[in-house]
Amino acid sequence: MTHAAHGASEPHTSTGVDNVKMAMWTFLGSECLFFGSLISTYLLYHDTTGSGPTSADVYDIPFTSISSFVLLMSSLTMVLALSSIQQGNPRAMRIWLVATAFLGLTFVGGQIFEFTTFVEEGLTLRTSPFGSAFFVLTGFHGAHVTIGVLMLLGVVAMSSFGRLGPDSARPVEMVGLYWHFVDIVWIVIFTVVYLIP
Amino acid sequence: MSSPETHYEESNHPGPAQYVRIAVVLFCITLVEVAIYYIGPLRGVLVPMLLFFSLLKFVLVALWFMHLRFDTRVFTWLFVAGILLTLSVFAVVLLTFFLRGGAAPSPPALGG
Repeated sequence: MTHAAHGASEPHTSTGVDNVKMAMWTFLGSECLFFGSLISTYLLYHDTTGSGPTSADVYDIPFTSISSFVLLMSSLTMVLALSSIQQGNPRAMRIWLVATAFLGLTFVGGQIFEFTTFVEEGLTLRTSPFGSAFFVLTGFHGAHVTIGVLMLLGVVAMSSFGRLGPDSARPVEMVGLYWHFVDIVWIVIFTVVYLIP
Repeated sequence: MSSPETHYEESNHPGPAQYVRIAVVLFCITLVEVAIYYIGPLRGVLVPMLLFFSLLKFVLVALWFMHLRFDTRVFTWLFVAGILLTLSVFAVVLLTFFLRGGAAPSPPALGG
């Protein structure tokens, strides 16, 4: 980097720790509670299917495995973007960020396809408590991925127009933390919701 | 103001090659997870194995990609506090479930 750039813009702190980064980690800690509550609700109701389809009827493990792989690889492209800007290469950063956004959109597209398939097979938000818990949990995760994509594209646009400022690695790192968090939430969802019978 | 602690240890951050190696490990773990899902004889130990692999992937991403391994411990504790609170909520939910004799509480009726 860009250590010179860092020297030009020291992080704000009142505790000895960068305020922005601490706020982001506090936010991510609170997000753990949010998704933990949704996962708990799913575990409570996943057997309450009524006359609707069960998870075994609708889940397509190979398809979801590919989606999981796509999201995992997006975490790789995200850290490569951060590494690029830390090495003072904004063009490479933009390329990796666009790749991350593309992989994120691929994941969201897969989720829309999955939801559509489930609805065609008779599982909707209102079919059963299982359906409600599943769609709310995975839907909120998909919304987080979508917000992440918007943030990635926002950083790309700001970088393209030279609006990132002297400490350009910081916003990339903050968006990256959010993106990796969304990834690790999916790691848990994939195991607990899809793989564990 | 700032102190030396406010500087990220960016010089200690892994390089692209290290990130790729971690991604390959994550990919392999995911492959193993999906494979054991389809292996019938492993059904008895499926859940603990899946939970172990999931935890492993979680920790790898948090430590390496989110740089918790290289940042100040304060961030680790903030995140761990969120996870511990989450597990507490989960334990209370399971306890509620257990006290009701194994029956999930009835969800509110769907309107319309």
